[in-house]
Amino acid sequence: MNWTETEPIISIKDLHKSFGSLEVLKGISMDVMKGEVVCVIGPSGSGKSTLIRCINALNDINSGSIKVEGQEVHDPKLNKLELRKKVGMVFQQYNLFPHRTALQNIMMAPVKVLKQNPEDVRERAINLMTRVNLTGKEDSYPGELSGGQQQRVAIARSLAMNPRVMLFDEVTAALDPETVKDVLITIKDLAEDGMTCILVTHEMGFAREVADCIYFTDRGIIVEYGPPSTFFSDAKDPRTKEFLSQIL
Amino acid sequence: MGSRLIPGVHSRASTDLPVLLPYRYRGTDENGLVGFSSWLVSATPWIVPVAFALCLIWPLTALAAGYGYDDAIKALFKWLPFLFLSGFLFNILISVLTMLIGTMAGVLLGLAQITPVWIIQVAAKFATQLFRNSPWLVLLFIVLLALPFEFTIGSMIISVPDWSKAVFGLSLPIMANISEVVRGAIQSVPTGQWEAAESLAFSRRQVLWQIILPQCFKRMIPPWMNWYAILTMATPLCSLLGVEELITLSRQAIESENNHPELLVPFYSFALMIFFLYCYPIARLTIQLEKRYAVKL
Repeated sequence: MNWTETEPIISIKDLHKSFGSLEVLKGISMDVMKGEVVCVIGPSGSGKSTLIRCINALNDINSGSIKVEGQEVHDPKLNKLELRKKVGMVFQQYNLFPHRTALQNIMMAPVKVLKQNPEDVRERAINLMTRVNLTGKEDSYPGELSGGQQQRVAIARSLAMNPRVMLFDEVTAALDPETVKDVLITIKDLAEDGMTCILVTHEMGFAREVADCIYFTDRGIIVEYGPPSTFFSDAKDPRTKEFLSQIL
Repeated sequence: MGSRLIPGVHSRASTDLPVLLPYRYRGTDENGLVGFSSWLVSATPWIVPVAFALCLIWPLTALAAGYGYDDAIKALFKWLPFLFLSGFLFNILISVLTMLIGTMAGVLLGLAQITPVWIIQVAAKFATQLFRNSPWLVLLFIVLLALPFEFTIGSMIISVPDWSKAVFGLSLPIMANISEVVRGAIQSVPTGQWEAAESLAFSRRQVLWQIILPQCFKRMIPPWMNWYAILTMATPLCSLLGVEELITLSRQAIESENNHPELLVPFYSFALMIFFLYCYPIARLTIQLEKRYAVKL
């Protein structure tokens, strides 16, 4: 229970998850230390998204254990809302609230959930807009922003909760190629500031650049993992080699 | 055997591939929600004056001995203020009260349809389907007969007027249909909105009230107005319960004018016209709002 920074901030042990008769995760284990940036790559349908959705309890699990700061995520007694205050998530489809402006999107959760003072939150939200390089778009509605801009608002919205860990679920997959870069720069800045990040991504160049560790999943298991320096040049498993040869 | 038919050559197209079949209009979901309004709006506006004029002229052809066109029209105009003020306005009052009660109950029932507590959910779904699929007249009669005509508190006897039973009876199908409108609108919001809000640590109640419902509100207005128009058109059913609304009063007026058959068409076409004049603008507005609020994400 008493978690210290010498232990992994996220610790997953032998995680199993099925949707009906389809077993999506077949025994996943991974440890992420505070400040680490971890990229999860792998073919479509290999369970990458399911894996990170289990970390903030958007999906329940069948067996195994996930601990965030030493706290078991799938303990029935766990207050999911407390967990989710610590774990931010950004989605492929941005999922901004269309009836609120960009600034209101960012302010909503800290004001309504954390009950923080709206004036302080407002100031922080404006700073976050600057941080994701969207100064001047505060009063735009999501429908008036490009995909890349919406995604950066979504990142800012998540950051406004001051999470300990950020989860990114294929955040550039739905974007136009020319807007991908802005989003990746935002995430890179975040990683360099010491935020613990878990990214599911298809951007190999980006993964190589920012990740401390790369996990390759295929058919529900982790086939291979390692730091990018050795992972990309020195893959050992034939499945990893085949996947890398297809996309690099 | 059907596969030997060639589309376009034989009268009936037959193929295993649905995309090759001729497109058949089945009505879209949007029209399904405001179907009555689209139907009403599809009438050309001049149909009313024309129909009314024809109805006025009609008695000319049936000049009965001693009672003619002039007399029938005179009788109508004599009764017209009474029919409008005591009759039609009462229909409107019934429709407004019914809509008020039906909407409040319907919103609650609609929310109950999506609650995670399964027993409440099942009960709400059952009630919704039961009242949505029952004939309105049957519901009215059940309410009329099931409710007491008076009840006693201590020594006081409070009588229940028929019109309040009519309001209650009509509220049931309105409640059920509004319940479906609410459920449909909530479920039309993409699940990504729920997930995004949940991942920001909003509780389920907060997600519903602060994220989901504000997005559905506009979408619910056109079908809600559509149901109001349907309800208003249905208020003459209350005359079968003896409620003194437009149709009941028209019949009484005709009777007091010695039941001349020449009176039937002018009196009832007046009722027809006044309902149309009331509901047609509502239907037009409904269709306009429906177009304006069409889901854009």
